[in-house]
Amino acid sequence: MKHSYPAWQGRPGPAIRAAKAFALAVVVLLVLFPLWTVVATSLAAPQDVIANGGWVVWPQRITFDAYAEILDGGVVTRALLVSAGVTFVGTALSLTCTVFLAYALSRPGVYGSRPVLLLILFTFLFPPGMIPLFLVVRTTGLFDQYAALILPFLVNVFNLVVMRGFFQSIPAELLEAARIDGAGDLAILWRVVLPLSKAVLAVIGLFYAVAYWNRFFEAIIYFNDQSKWPIGTVLRQYVTGGADMTGEAVATAAPQSTQMAVVVLATAPIVLVYPFLQRYFVKGVLTGALKA
Amino acid sequence: MTKVTVTGGAADVSAIDAQRSSDVGRRPTAPAGRGDRGVRPGARRGHRQRIRRDRLLLLLMVPGVAYFVVFHYGALFGNTLAFLDYVPFLGIAGSEWVGLANFQQMFGDPGFWNAVRNTVVIAALQLVFFFPAPLALALLLHSLVGDVVRRFVQSVVYLPHFLSWVIVVALFQHMLGGAGVVNGWLGDLGLGSIHVIGNPDAYKPLVVAQVLWKECGWATIIFLAALSQVDEQQYEASALDGAGWWRRLWHVTLPGIRPVLVLLVVLRLGEFLDVGFEQFFLQRQAVGPEVGEVLDTFVYFTGFANGEFGYAAAAGLFKGVIGVALVYTANKVAHRLGEQGVYQR
Repeated sequence: MKHSYPAWQGRPGPAIRAAKAFALAVVVLLVLFPLWTVVATSLAAPQDVIANGGWVVWPQRITFDAYAEILDGGVVTRALLVSAGVTFVGTALSLTCTVFLAYALSRPGVYGSRPVLLLILFTFLFPPGMIPLFLVVRTTGLFDQYAALILPFLVNVFNLVVMRGFFQSIPAELLEAARIDGAGDLAILWRVVLPLSKAVLAVIGLFYAVAYWNRFFEAIIYFNDQSKWPIGTVLRQYVTGGADMTGEAVATAAPQSTQMAVVVLATAPIVLVYPFLQRYFVKGVLTGALKA
Repeated sequence: MTKVTVTGGAADVSAIDAQRSSDVGRRPTAPAGRGDRGVRPGARRGHRQRIRRDRLLLLLMVPGVAYFVVFHYGALFGNTLAFLDYVPFLGIAGSEWVGLANFQQMFGDPGFWNAVRNTVVIAALQLVFFFPAPLALALLLHSLVGDVVRRFVQSVVYLPHFLSWVIVVALFQHMLGGAGVVNGWLGDLGLGSIHVIGNPDAYKPLVVAQVLWKECGWATIIFLAALSQVDEQQYEASALDGAGWWRRLWHVTLPGIRPVLVLLVVLRLGEFLDVGFEQFFLQRQAVGPEVGEVLDTFVYFTGFANGEFGYAAAAGLFKGVIGVALVYTANKVAHRLGEQGVYQR
């Protein structure tokens, strides 16, 4: 972006710059402060949390007891492993299927590609309802299977359209050159298209991974076996079941820091991968949005 | 892998040569209506030959297409439930066909109309508050000169988009709950306390605030992209003519991003009834169905809590059909306004 003010505008006065800085600080704090107090409370000694009324902004004594407690092989540990597994397998499957489908649909004139594309775009207009989808999941025997958290969400139409748009923006000369060199369709995908698509693969991989990691509702209706719940569903128990988070009364400290530790663990993977993928966002989102 | 394309034999090779000299790489502008692949030989051949030629690509489509057929079109077929007195034990085939009885029950159900009313009110609030906020934030970010500050703020404000609703609700409870951070401060200052979480009167502002917190930053991406497209010379010219900040905003910036604004409003109107499910599912219990029920949660609780699957499917189908009608209407309006809309005519 530009590094100085344009000539016609001139440098704004100190009052305006102060107002801007203030507004930005407020926005940043509104986002970061809640996250910070959650981390702080999860790390604080239980007595300090009680003394302060259920939360702290700055832990006096830092302790990892809450984490040790929930990572000690209990419900939360298991749920984290389930979520990690579902996220990993789901993202791999989703990305593979999306790449294959987007690639086949991005090549001009493939037999049957137009009707297939229309068939898929129509689903965007009329997404499956909760009850009919439930019926399909039951009919296909996915109850109490981890696959029930993956297969019903295998390909996202938006992601597919973004990826197809990106593939189409690759200069046809490159593909043609590879073809003349004797490369087949798969070789072109592997050696020409995918190496050029790292940004869009990163963004869409992130979108899929985040969606899998955050999914909690489906486990409630598809799983009778609560030991298979992912972290989001377990966290929901704490959130809506834990009266101390909503209630008027001052919470007891131990559950409070434990609850916050669960929130932190459910958030951490996203916050950790986020900085590495962030630079691709704009590119990924916009190529798709403008092509759609 | 490389063998596959060679199967066409001599004819293909000569076709490639012909194309290489003429319109290689002109895929997007290849003559319309030919239905062939432009860069690929073997255009007007029989179906079987074309299938044979494209078999590898067709094979790649199979998993994805199978997904859409099973989980989208299978679910579409599952909407027949709406016309049945569905008993899970008997299945679709065994359940009694009741025609429009489920819909009749729905139209006479005060609970359903309550859900419709809540949905419409929340959607309208989202529409009113949700557009100005990201636009203002985008204008602010766009006016920043320093790259470092700007990048940092962008990184921060995009983040909540990636958090799950469970976490967002937990954060709001932690901040605004009865024993939350804000009430702690107010107590320290001797200002009493605010009752937000679990308060039916505060529910609608609360859910709108949550959506704003989660999505406002993310929504600036598209506004920022639009703002960077506005012609710099127009700003210069208007500034020379003595236009102040406000007039430049009104006469240059807003007209410049009009297509994007229209597109976004159309998109939002098209999914007007999709106020979101998880957010409301998580918080409905705390305030009760009177204010907390929206259409999606109505479907859930009718189906899964009361076991009235046919009735729930009818409500879901109703919402889906209205949704399609809204997208169609919104696009018509966009086309009338001379904009592209979501799909082109």
